[in-house]
Amino acid sequence: MDDLLLNQFLLLGAVLFCIGVYGVLARRNAVLVLMSIELILNAVNINLIAFGAFWGSITGSVFALFVIAIAAAEVGVGLAIVLLIYRNRRSVDLDDVAEMKG
Amino acid sequence: MLASLWQQLSDSPVPIDSVDLAWAGLAPVMILIGGALLILAVDSLVPRRLRPGSYALATVLLAAGAMVAAVPLWQRVQDAERGPFATAAGAIMVDGFSVFATFVILSAVILAALSFDGWLRREEMDGAEPYVLMLLSASGGVMMASANDLIVMFLGLEILSIAVYVLAAMHLRKITSQEAGVKYFVLGAFSSAFFLYGIALIYGGTGSTNLVRIATYLSATVLGDSGLVLAGLALLLVGFGFKVAAAPFHFWAPDVYQGAPTPSVAWMASGVKVAGFAGLLRVFYLAFSTYRLDWQPVIFVLAVLTMLVGSVLAVVQTDVKRMLAYSSINHAGFILVAVQAATAAGVQAALFYLAAYTFMVAGSFGVIAVVSRKGDIGTSLDDYRGLSRDRPVVAFAFALLLLAQAGVPLTSGFFAKFYVITAAIEAGSSTLAIIAMITAVISSYVYLRIIVAMYGAGDDVPAPRTIPLPAAAGLALVISLTVTMSVGVFPGTLASLAERATPVLIPESDPGAVDPSGVPPGP
Repeated sequence: MDDLLLNQFLLLGAVLFCIGVYGVLARRNAVLVLMSIELILNAVNINLIAFGAFWGSITGSVFALFVIAIAAAEVGVGLAIVLLIYRNRRSVDLDDVAEMKG
Repeated sequence: MLASLWQQLSDSPVPIDSVDLAWAGLAPVMILIGGALLILAVDSLVPRRLRPGSYALATVLLAAGAMVAAVPLWQRVQDAERGPFATAAGAIMVDGFSVFATFVILSAVILAALSFDGWLRREEMDGAEPYVLMLLSASGGVMMASANDLIVMFLGLEILSIAVYVLAAMHLRKITSQEAGVKYFVLGAFSSAFFLYGIALIYGGTGSTNLVRIATYLSATVLGDSGLVLAGLALLLVGFGFKVAAAPFHFWAPDVYQGAPTPSVAWMASGVKVAGFAGLLRVFYLAFSTYRLDWQPVIFVLAVLTMLVGSVLAVVQTDVKRMLAYSSINHAGFILVAVQAATAAGVQAALFYLAAYTFMVAGSFGVIAVVSRKGDIGTSLDDYRGLSRDRPVVAFAFALLLLAQAGVPLTSGFFAKFYVITAAIEAGSSTLAIIAMITAVISSYVYLRIIVAMYGAGDDVPAPRTIPLPAAAGLALVISLTVTMSVGVFPGTLASLAERATPVLIPESDPGAVDPSGVPPGP
């Protein structure tokens, strides 16, 4: 894999990463925040696989598989917590969840 | 088509390599994971609830069993002939550092489990889940401390974190607990994603995720453009900084510490922080020692910010849990001072600090769990007025633990701070040492404020109330106090253990180091 091709994948990864970061910071809906985090993890996966192809090693692809599994576990726990909050206050707006200040 | 696929599989010319695993080296992790699954299975299979406290007892026994399994490992890695070894194809490193961190993490598990027992009964939530989550979380922490590969480091970090998100949101009837859970989760997952992006960049820059290969590559090659590696390193620091609650990544800590169930906080403040710092030291001090001049100034700034935020903002708090949250941020700053030194003495000081701090902070949050009332409320400073009259022994123990956190002589906190400052001065960072001492003075005001509230007399002392002290919580208090005071009087033992707990990198080409049993690797 030559440098030019690698750069295109890295650019795609960087753009997805930035969209994800923007989503986490700007969105107030908890489910959308979870989706933005997934987007960041997928940006990392693109990077990992591109770098794996660049170095000609399998590490990147193996790591990407691990990341997919971890992301699934993470979003499972995240949705459970969001569901718990929804049951208690009928809202998944993160700005509403602000009992503690200081 | 299936037949041809089968044909290809059976004629496969590529033999599948089996990885050599030194099971003895993985024993502590295996005991924690196996025990957690066993508890979960027993909990769902038995027809009626077990006697209250059975799960706490099982957790303490499992953690103690993992400690026993780690003793021969310690002897092995200290043995001059055998020494530290890497296993699982060089992904796991068993050295003095990892075994020392394992012991500290397991102590935190025991203290938090003892604290959980009475707390869960008071909240009428007795069940196996918190213990299972804590054991799994501890297994992730041990994995982080012994990770020799960034993949394993990330897996350990996630196993550690995901369980703690649930522990924070565990109190079903308390809205602040869920708020703590969701805040911790969103920020934690966010920082894990940064951490992961950092790993990807480092993999891209060096061609490997193995710490030994990264270190070898970086010391052998002069990178024309090190931007990729440096950016990756910065992103890794964000991930670690979040886990150990270092400023400016500390914003979650006060809210989460205040809202989460108190025994969960005891685990978060002790075990999670130890694992975070163990991973940080392994990656930065070992693998990226050639980039020392690049990351030392960054850690310097982080340490100053963390210590200032932790001490100054603690002063204006009125909730004891928040106060201790900021004080634990201050402690993280102190440990960063030791990391910044980037010397063997610095690592030793960091380990000593982590070990001493674990017992102090787990004991302190254990007291808060006892003093709070049903619903996990009653943690404001006013609730501590008159504690010396209602529960003189608990008040005295809490006062000693707080004095230890302030670094008063004859407690472990004094020597912890002493070694850190010494290491910083030896490494030529006198500025940092001076700032550290100033913030120690500021934060001691916070501890004294709590002590004055407990022992103060006057009109604002509320009417006497009975504060039940569960036996397990009392035991946790005795353990943490005994360790804190005995280390304060005889620091030599712990200091020499920490001195021998140096992290090492072993090149994979050394066959004796890879296989501890001496059996030649299989085909």
